[in-house]
Amino acid sequence: MFHIYKLPILAAALFLLATSVSVADERYSPIKDELVSKECGACHMAFQPEMLPKRSWKKIVGNLSDHFGEVVSLDAMTKEHIASYLQDNAADSGWWGGKFMRGIKNHMTPLRITETPHWIREHKGEVPSQLWSSPKVKSKANCIACHRRANRGDYDDD
Amino acid sequence: MKTLHRTIVIATAAILFGGASSSIAVANPARDDIIKSFATQAEMPFSAERGKALFEAKPGGGKPETPSCTTCHGTSPLKAGQTRAGKLIEPMAVSKTSGRFTELKKVRKWFRRNCKSVMGRECTPQEKGDFLTYMSSK
Repeated sequence: MFHIYKLPILAAALFLLATSVSVADERYSPIKDELVSKECGACHMAFQPEMLPKRSWKKIVGNLSDHFGEVVSLDAMTKEHIASYLQDNAADSGWWGGKFMRGIKNHMTPLRITETPHWIREHKGEVPSQLWSSPKVKSKANCIACHRRANRGDYDDD
Repeated sequence: MKTLHRTIVIATAAILFGGASSSIAVANPARDDIIKSFATQAEMPFSAERGKALFEAKPGGGKPETPSCTTCHGTSPLKAGQTRAGKLIEPMAVSKTSGRFTELKKVRKWFRRNCKSVMGRECTPQEKGDFLTYMSSK
């Protein structure tokens, strides 16, 4: 039996649900592989594989002699292990494409997370351009400078 | 039982004090072994002063983005540095980062990468030993 006095309670419940969904919006599975954390996290934060499609990770790991201007030397086994982990957990690894697949056309293979449509949309208009070059941030790859829990996959603090 | 108890207390104290002192002092058998392994291939005894000079030098020959060790590690080994991607680098001084230079594979890997980056060539065993001696004295 539905009573009208229950309406505010229902509305409040729906409101809480809606806000909790929007609050927990930018969460990604943290990296659970120790070797991946260590090797991919030595010079920059180890980025969560959910942020690029499989084909991007494949291309990145396939070209480590020129990794954004750096030479990365990994033995064949380590490389293979990392390549599998990244592709198994990529943005398009699930049955339902992840957020980072939005706007990426089939012919596109982005190599930088910061060039994906989702990343651009999320940062557009929100981050003043001079902040990127501040000494504390230094690089767009330095997620943790602003997202303090980025290494745990939590980017909800914006 | 009492003796066993006392042994445990002494052992615990030894671990605690040993741990505390190792963060100030230098000694670490794994690190010492690594330095020794370079010593067998070096011409002269290692020197912390030469290590310091190497750390601060701008030798040229490497990548324009990284003219010196200090570009990323900062000018003081006692303080944290920052990679070009903005990631924090723990201080190089072993008094600050006790786990530094205790794993040969890691030491080799980073000397290889960073010497090439800064000098455009690999470091000699002499240079590596001087460098580690300097960081161990800090």
